Amino acid sequence: MADVEIKTLTMNFGPQHPAAHGVLRLVVEMDGEIVERCDPHIGLLHRGTEKLIEYKTYLQAVPYFDRLDYVSPMNQEHAFALATEKLLGITVPERGQYIRVLFSEITRILNHLLNVTTFAMDVGALTPPLWGFEQRELLMEYYEGVSGSRMHAAYFRPGGVHQDLPDGMLDSMEGWIKQFYPFLKDIENLLNDNRIFRMRTVDIGVVNAEQAVDWGFSGPMIRASGLPWDLRKSQPYDTYERMDFDIPVGKTGDCFARYLVRVEEMYQSARIMEQCIKALRTVTGPVRVDDRKIAPPRRGEMKGSMEALIHHFKLYTEGYKVPAGETYTAVEAPKGEFGVYLVSDGTNKPYRCKIRAPGFPHLQALDMMTRGHQLADMSANIGSLDIVFGEIDR
Amino acid sequence: MEQLGTHIAQATGATATVRLGELMLDTTADKLLALLTFLRDDPKCLFKQLVDICGVDWPDRPKRFDVVYNLLSLRNNCRVRVKVQTDEGTPVPSAASVYSAAGWFERETYDLYGVWFSDHPDLRRILTDYGFEGHPLRKDFPLTGFVEVWWDDEQRRVVNRPVKLAQEFRRFDFLSPWEGAHYVLPGDEKAQEKGKS
Repeated sequence: MADVEIKTLTMNFGPQHPAAHGVLRLVVEMDGEIVERCDPHIGLLHRGTEKLIEYKTYLQAVPYFDRLDYVSPMNQEHAFALATEKLLGITVPERGQYIRVLFSEITRILNHLLNVTTFAMDVGALTPPLWGFEQRELLMEYYEGVSGSRMHAAYFRPGGVHQDLPDGMLDSMEGWIKQFYPFLKDIENLLNDNRIFRMRTVDIGVVNAEQAVDWGFSGPMIRASGLPWDLRKSQPYDTYERMDFDIPVGKTGDCFARYLVRVEEMYQSARIMEQCIKALRTVTGPVRVDDRKIAPPRRGEMKGSMEALIHHFKLYTEGYKVPAGETYTAVEAPKGEFGVYLVSDGTNKPYRCKIRAPGFPHLQALDMMTRGHQLADMSANIGSLDIVFGEIDR
Repeated sequence: MEQLGTHIAQATGATATVRLGELMLDTTADKLLALLTFLRDDPKCLFKQLVDICGVDWPDRPKRFDVVYNLLSLRNNCRVRVKVQTDEGTPVPSAASVYSAAGWFERETYDLYGVWFSDHPDLRRILTDYGFEGHPLRKDFPLTGFVEVWWDDEQRRVVNRPVKLAQEFRRFDFLSPWEGAHYVLPGDEKAQEKGKS
């Protein structure tokens, strides 16, 4: 029998594909069902955020951060706010810090609910997203309560948060947390021992600790590979050092471990929320810095005070000047390390604002993770990466 | 942190500065790979993770670009920033052989700034559109760009055409003239001339 020459098949996947989590285009070289190489083409959602920020004042730049990773908006505002505060040399009042931590954790739950449930959908389970989105809706009501907007909040601003919590929100949150634990148990019951879910995720896309570090992984991705690394513990910001929580660490580094880490993180986030709520009942005071050159005055003040009116006008047209300097400030966003490299030249606009999105290096490693796997495993891998194109394409 | 800075500076010849509690190293393109390898492998440094690579454009300088490498050491829980200066023509050696994560970050820097990286395995554009021309994050690239996409009814396809703005792009100048604007205010040219003579 003559030798049969086998040619690899080049296949296009996306950019419009439900398993691509947005606008991901993959050019995949297939040998039968086996992926030989995959080349992600990104940038289909590129909006030039970094360029736009160079033309906006510091306050006007905040809403762009909501629109990067649109399932975890407040964590990204947090990174920008912390970077700007570092350059300005100001510290946020305690109550403001607690509110930020509280909402950062709400955002983490929002993000993980979306990722865990849609990941389950990618591998064939339709119930988790239906249940999870109901909880997300409840959490978004808190977003709406503090900022007036369900998703693009622009709530964390350099100097603190925009407004204090409305009355009764803390009680409502406590009620929500109480019903959230049994809900998470339900999700775990659906998936943890689910035969199909395990078959699709266990031993798929294994990344060992060394690879995870080399490829720039962070967040749940690096923890699933066995490294207990969390910026909330190692480089704490705001009031995280006062919070009591555990860091889940995976053992196997496969898709299933990444799923387990995210589920456990939701329990821990709920724990942090409880502690924040407890603290916020006693800690009173302002929620943002009391510096009229940075934080604009309240509307009520402006009715009677000439200075307040001037400050308001100046802050919303010219903005504030940030001393020249540069900083790289990172937060533990739900997807991993979200960093802002901010260069100021002493004017009212950032000279350069580089956004370090966690999904960018994660997606880069997709080729390494998927080689030798079957095509169907690729969508499991993509689901476990937790990518959102708003932040990768910027 | 200062100790670490002097340790690195002595071993590699890079200049170390600490500002705002962050360690920065300045080096040159030919020494870059040796420095990065040292930072990764030296037992006192162990910066095993490349967090980010980005460019910064300073058009007034002869070497207009900064290429900034952010590194993280998980073991020692600290960060360092390495900076290299370059211009449009001079390539920077690619860090992809030291850190696997460098590949895409360098593609991004090339795409947005036009900085060349030598020995890069796959230096293509990454964020901009297929067939895009120019490097959008350079300071001399206008915010509106040069072309816009348009549906051409005759050719029955989407085409690029030069940007037509219905209204001139407005850039407000908010720098207060009383606080040292370093340029001549519009209408003030005569006063300046008088002052000189």
